[in-house]
Amino acid sequence: MVHTFHCLGEYIAVDVDSGAVHVLDKTAYDVLGQVQTRMPEGPCPDWLAQRLPEYSRQEMEGAWSDLQELQKAGLLFTDDSYLDPQAAVLMQQDAPIKALCLHVSHDCNLRCQYCFASTGDFGTGHRMTMDVETAKKAIDFVIQRSGNRRNIEVDFFGGEPLMAMDTVKATVEYARSLEKEHNKSFRFTITTNGVLLNDENIAYINREMSNAVLSLDGRPEVNDRMRKTVSGGGSYDVILPKFQKLVEGRGDKDYYLRGTFTRHNKDFAADVMHIADQGFRNVSVEPVVGSPDCDYTFRDEDLPDIQAEYEKLAEELLQRDDVNFFHFNVDLSQGPCVIKRLRGCGAGCEYVAITPEGEIYPCHQFVGNEDYRLGSVWDGSFNLELARKFASLNIYTRPVCHDCWARFYCSGGCSASNLLVNGDIKEPNQFGCELQRKRLECAIAMVARRAEKENNG
Amino acid sequence: MTHVKTINGATLKNSAAHGGCGECQTSCQSACKTSCTVANQKCENRK
Repeated sequence: MVHTFHCLGEYIAVDVDSGAVHVLDKTAYDVLGQVQTRMPEGPCPDWLAQRLPEYSRQEMEGAWSDLQELQKAGLLFTDDSYLDPQAAVLMQQDAPIKALCLHVSHDCNLRCQYCFASTGDFGTGHRMTMDVETAKKAIDFVIQRSGNRRNIEVDFFGGEPLMAMDTVKATVEYARSLEKEHNKSFRFTITTNGVLLNDENIAYINREMSNAVLSLDGRPEVNDRMRKTVSGGGSYDVILPKFQKLVEGRGDKDYYLRGTFTRHNKDFAADVMHIADQGFRNVSVEPVVGSPDCDYTFRDEDLPDIQAEYEKLAEELLQRDDVNFFHFNVDLSQGPCVIKRLRGCGAGCEYVAITPEGEIYPCHQFVGNEDYRLGSVWDGSFNLELARKFASLNIYTRPVCHDCWARFYCSGGCSASNLLVNGDIKEPNQFGCELQRKRLECAIAMVARRAEKENNG
Repeated sequence: MTHVKTINGATLKNSAAHGGCGECQTSCQSACKTSCTVANQKCENRK
């Protein structure tokens, strides 16, 4: 499959199955746009020349010859016969679990309007934090289930994890104490709203956490509309200086300022730039996930506006080199292998979420949905049948994905989002797919523009 | 070639031969938590 598109002034062709990416001139772009399958040998066919009368025959032949050369080199109209989809499913089945989303707190000190966790309690009606014994059981569980995988990730999540800082510290200490004996390397991350940050826990996070995800939506009025304190006030002024302090002391460790945009701020490029202007290099601002009946969730008619805004954002980011926008950060040559790209996030098989009670779910977004409860760290139960259902999900088994050009970049999307929107973990959320494709087109076009700038000195 | 510039080769196909070790970061843990992208992750073996 070949995907051609025009973005940021560039004409681009992606040879989907090989991963090759080409920047074309307008002639080659128009010629390739007329060709759906492998090109025949020999000169440019008459039918094609007749369809593009604006070009001279000589110009057409030049473009045709260049495209044929790519095809001969295995860089255009390749296929995926080098992959075995069935083997990919089997590889995932009973695969080691290597990542935990550890819900150390089902309580929160903000009342964000769009919170998928029902402002912290996940719809349970009772707020609680995880005790140390449960956290230790979770670490034992992942060590036991991680097989030969050495690298294990634990993300401290909530609710708000800083409300359970004692548990966080005890978990890190316990996991570190077991690393050598079990030949594991734990990487800790934390996702926080920042309210409880102080000098002491900033120093702790910067020492122990390999990544910190810091929640802020952008401009003060945008942030404060959705991210409210318990008393209903805005959170921006409380949080911003704390995040700035944390990032100042972070050195070269990873972090992301992570925001959510909604139907209320479709001009979210201004929020990305606002965050960057506050001194944050790594920014991730993402579309809200929510029930279709909420006033802040997107409607189908919003799509053109959001797509245009992504392109506007990409153009603005090309003018400065001090911002790393998460969704435009696509490393074409050094990214993950194709095996990883078949299967995506690994929720429910490689990656699970654990609640303060020790219940296991496929990921944080399934927590509280009893149909998707996988087991418990307390009684050792783990529903292998359900885990295998998640393991069977890949770009060949999800409907729609195998006909999508972006399949090796997005890897099938988010099962939780699919369930929320379509009632089926396998059925991709088409609105989300459209946004994903646009983000990827922008990301690839940015690579092309930067390469062009480099070539031109 | 005057009409085409290749900015990335057949890296995906080439990665099939040595991929699949599973040591890389789980994509949803990095910065998104809602909108999974895999192509912006790092390969653990190419540091």
